[in-house]
Amino acid sequence: MLSQILYALPFLAEGFALTLWVSLLVVVLSLIAGVLLGVGLVYGPAPLRWSVRIFSDTIRGIPILVLMFFVYYGLPAVGLHLQSFWAAVLALTLFKTAQVVEYVRGAVASIPKGQSEAAMAIGLTFRQRLTSVIFPQAFRRFLPPWINGVTDAVKGSALVSLLGITDLMQAINQVIGRTYEAMPLYILGAVIYFAVNYALSYASRRLERRFAFIRD
Amino acid sequence: MGYTLNFNLIWRHFDKLWGGLLLSLELAVISIAIGIVIGLVLAVWYVSAGRVVRTIIAAYVEFIRNVPLILLVYLVFYGVPTVIDLAYSAPTSFVVTLSVYSGAYLVEVFRSGLEAVPRGQLDAGKAIGLTPWQRLIHVRLPTMLRITLPALSNTFISLFKDTSIASVISVPELTYGAQWINFNTFRIVEVYLVTTAMYLVTGYALLFALRLVERRFRAAR
Amino acid sequence: MATSSSNSPALLEIAEVSKSFGPVAVLRSVSLQVTKGEVVTIIGPSGSGKTTLLRCVNFLESYDSGSIRIDGKEVGYRDSGTRQRRSERDLAAMRAETGMVFQSFNLFPHLTAAGNIMLGLTKVRGKSNAEARSIAEHWLGRVGLAHKADSLPAELSGGQQQRVGIARAVAMEPKILLLDEITSALDPELVGEVLAVVKSLAEDGMTMVMVTHEMAFARDASSRIVFMADGGVSAVGPPKEVLAAETTNERLRTFLARFRASHF
Repeated sequence: MLSQILYALPFLAEGFALTLWVSLLVVVLSLIAGVLLGVGLVYGPAPLRWSVRIFSDTIRGIPILVLMFFVYYGLPAVGLHLQSFWAAVLALTLFKTAQVVEYVRGAVASIPKGQSEAAMAIGLTFRQRLTSVIFPQAFRRFLPPWINGVTDAVKGSALVSLLGITDLMQAINQVIGRTYEAMPLYILGAVIYFAVNYALSYASRRLERRFAFIRD
Repeated sequence: MGYTLNFNLIWRHFDKLWGGLLLSLELAVISIAIGIVIGLVLAVWYVSAGRVVRTIIAAYVEFIRNVPLILLVYLVFYGVPTVIDLAYSAPTSFVVTLSVYSGAYLVEVFRSGLEAVPRGQLDAGKAIGLTPWQRLIHVRLPTMLRITLPALSNTFISLFKDTSIASVISVPELTYGAQWINFNTFRIVEVYLVTTAMYLVTGYALLFALRLVERRFRAAR
Repeated sequence: MATSSSNSPALLEIAEVSKSFGPVAVLRSVSLQVTKGEVVTIIGPSGSGKTTLLRCVNFLESYDSGSIRIDGKEVGYRDSGTRQRRSERDLAAMRAETGMVFQSFNLFPHLTAAGNIMLGLTKVRGKSNAEARSIAEHWLGRVGLAHKADSLPAELSGGQQQRVGIARAVAMEPKILLLDEITSALDPELVGEVLAVVKSLAEDGMTMVMVTHEMAFARDASSRIVFMADGGVSAVGPPKEVLAAETTNERLRTFLARFRASHF
């Protein structure tokens, strides 16, 4: 049994690398999209605000799995052909983006109105107020929930296995298909996911403490 | 391009979606019920226990929270029966998984709820001569439940969405129904539009109802 | 104008300004002129529109009708006839001409004391970092906080924070300084240090409009006192006249009587 698992290790490592790659892509892309849309939600003109609100509430209201199938099977049906890898990344990114939008909104909303007013009073323009006063403060409030949410991206990435992408989850299933050693391999997989996410949440707690110097 | 929407086939097989939705709700309700029991027992135990028990409970919570649900679902359905001589159906297996999963989240919810009960209330309980057990039942738990109600609602809504994972072990819930129609009729866009709408309407209706219940509870005190 | 105390042209000219929040009229045709070097204190019961009026002067609040001019220039609107709001850029430039100190300090928590003062100097006045730093140090010295230049607001007491707030406002060399109940959020023992700073600025000839509940300070430091009630100017004049116990103004007499009862 042990030799079979050892034999499969390189294959599992490749799957693990793909898990990390998908997670990284999703985290980075959703950060960019989420911050842009989040700022649009808070400061944009009404049509943009409404669009982002509807986007976020819809995406957060359905299971990721449904969103993933919708993107994966639905896009080709309307003539858009994406590789399954990119369809999966797109779906996970959409989901994560909706979360990031809410973190941004919450972070900006938590800055007291007096901060904007004080910035106005010394004559800063709208853009200067955002870049010099609001965003530096909002950033510190955005960071903790966002980093906590990175583990969600890693966990969520396991769903790409359902689109036939050989991530860690899929690699484990394939090795089980060959070796019939279900329990040891699932436990091995659980331990790997646990190690990654536990390390991430440990790092997030450290970072949180570093940025906690603003007292309320 | 030029995709024309045609919902006829969806309506013809709508029982797959409707039945699926009901099963999704059933799975979520049973799982959170068991999860609440697990969470309550472990949370009460945690706050009164010593180092060893605390470490074990914390390990359970951390483990579940850091592993993908889909892996837990596979592990319980395909893995566990290979080492223990137990036969269970896919829905049962999924309920076990989701209960253990929600239990881990609820331990945290209840634990912080218990710690948020004001000291003064416990002292008042002591002052009128309640035993520790009576203080727990009559003072601590009721107050804690009121504090944790919103978190409980949120957990329930996300469990309802998590039931979609049951489709990977062929439990015929809503997502499974959607896939069945997808593969058998190829009305892909239509079926996922309808499914999305069903999840959204049900999810937000539940949320709305639960918020009403929360308000009731607050007003009643 | 009856409300002007001298013949020199007014630096700040508030003319028939009215404002409502929904059905509630908070300002009813308020007129007031402030000449250069004057210290004008606005007193009145809560809800009388004092703070709202002050916030209209640097257009933190818009108003429905009337006009507010500083040095002859309309503050918030391109011209008072069309009531077309100034562009964001123009508004910012106009606001830089006034300084404001807030009840709740509103220091930027992510910047040091010096950083708070330097922000406007570099971004709005276009000064170099070194120049801004030396101006900041100068003003921190003036308010007695030279040694706290590199402290974050969270590391300062309320009184110290408010003194930084004042330094931040005056470092911009505003034409008028607006002070909105700047000691109301302070513990009583910290009020004195803040008022001392205001007093020394007044002695230097800084034009100020302030809202305060510190009646003794208002009497000593003001050139004129404005009593507001129900969104309008009810009495205005030198401190001795307005704060006289034998005033014939019914509302003012009630206000002062209540005030004395609770504060002396």
